[in-house]
Amino acid sequence: MTAKIAYDDVEVGTELPARTFPVTRATLVQYAGASGDFNPIHWNEKFAKEVGLPDVIAHGMFTMAEAIRVVTDWTGDPGAVVEYGVRFTKPVIVPNDDKGAEIEVSAKVAAKLDDNTVRVDLTATSAGQKVLGMSRAVVRLA
Amino acid sequence: MALDQSFVGRTYPPTDPYEVGREKIREFAEAVGDTNPAYTDPEAAKALGHPDVVAPPTFVFAITFKAAGQVVQDPQLGLDYSRVVHGDQKFSYVRPVRAGDRLTVTSTIEAIKSMAGNDILDIRGEVHDEAGEHVVTAWTKLVARAAQEA
Repeated sequence: MTAKIAYDDVEVGTELPARTFPVTRATLVQYAGASGDFNPIHWNEKFAKEVGLPDVIAHGMFTMAEAIRVVTDWTGDPGAVVEYGVRFTKPVIVPNDDKGAEIEVSAKVAAKLDDNTVRVDLTATSAGQKVLGMSRAVVRLA
Repeated sequence: MALDQSFVGRTYPPTDPYEVGREKIREFAEAVGDTNPAYTDPEAAKALGHPDVVAPPTFVFAITFKAAGQVVQDPQLGLDYSRVVHGDQKFSYVRPVRAGDRLTVTSTIEAIKSMAGNDILDIRGEVHDEAGEHVVTAWTKLVARAAQEA
């Protein structure tokens, strides 16, 4: 594993570069195919509304996949991720228009741990709502 | 109806191997819009010390969740999947999943709780490679929302 960030160069509070990830209905169809999750709440507005959702929602695992990109872009090596966990608190609602939705992700170093690892706490919001809770990764740095 | 607590600790037989392909990893990386070359270029992955392209961290969920189907669809457990939502997800990695891996998953019910009529099910999936080495563990919390009273 060869992360491009050195353990000695970060401290508690170091911020990772924040990112905004767009998500449209087309994104969700593509993710459904790639992940094998064809639950109609992620592409069928009629079905989503029948089960009580305001509209089609993104796959929670899609949001989880986007959020960790802030970490893997920072380290360069995806293999640097030792642990990663989230709680799905609110859905990302994806309207059927040209714009879709956006997932805004920020992250900072919350603790320095043993063996050159750090804990990174992530924040993910969409339309002003926090969509992930307890979102944390443990990452091994150089 | 609350799920049977006696299922806690139950382990299901390992799945048949899932062979991780380079093109499947590429398809997944493209679907999440991630252009990290470690996912698509074997030379870039090797430069980072990996024997072949690696998969994005959440890729393995497709494999562990399919394996969790043994639990979710166990008629004896009797979970109503039509009311299930994904509560939490966590992964602990020994190493990244990579192309060429042949992965088996062993699913265990870690906990069953009942809160406000909701059934909460914690499933652990242990992922091993063909050599029997541990690759990653996935924890999935599923919440079956209480049935509406008629």
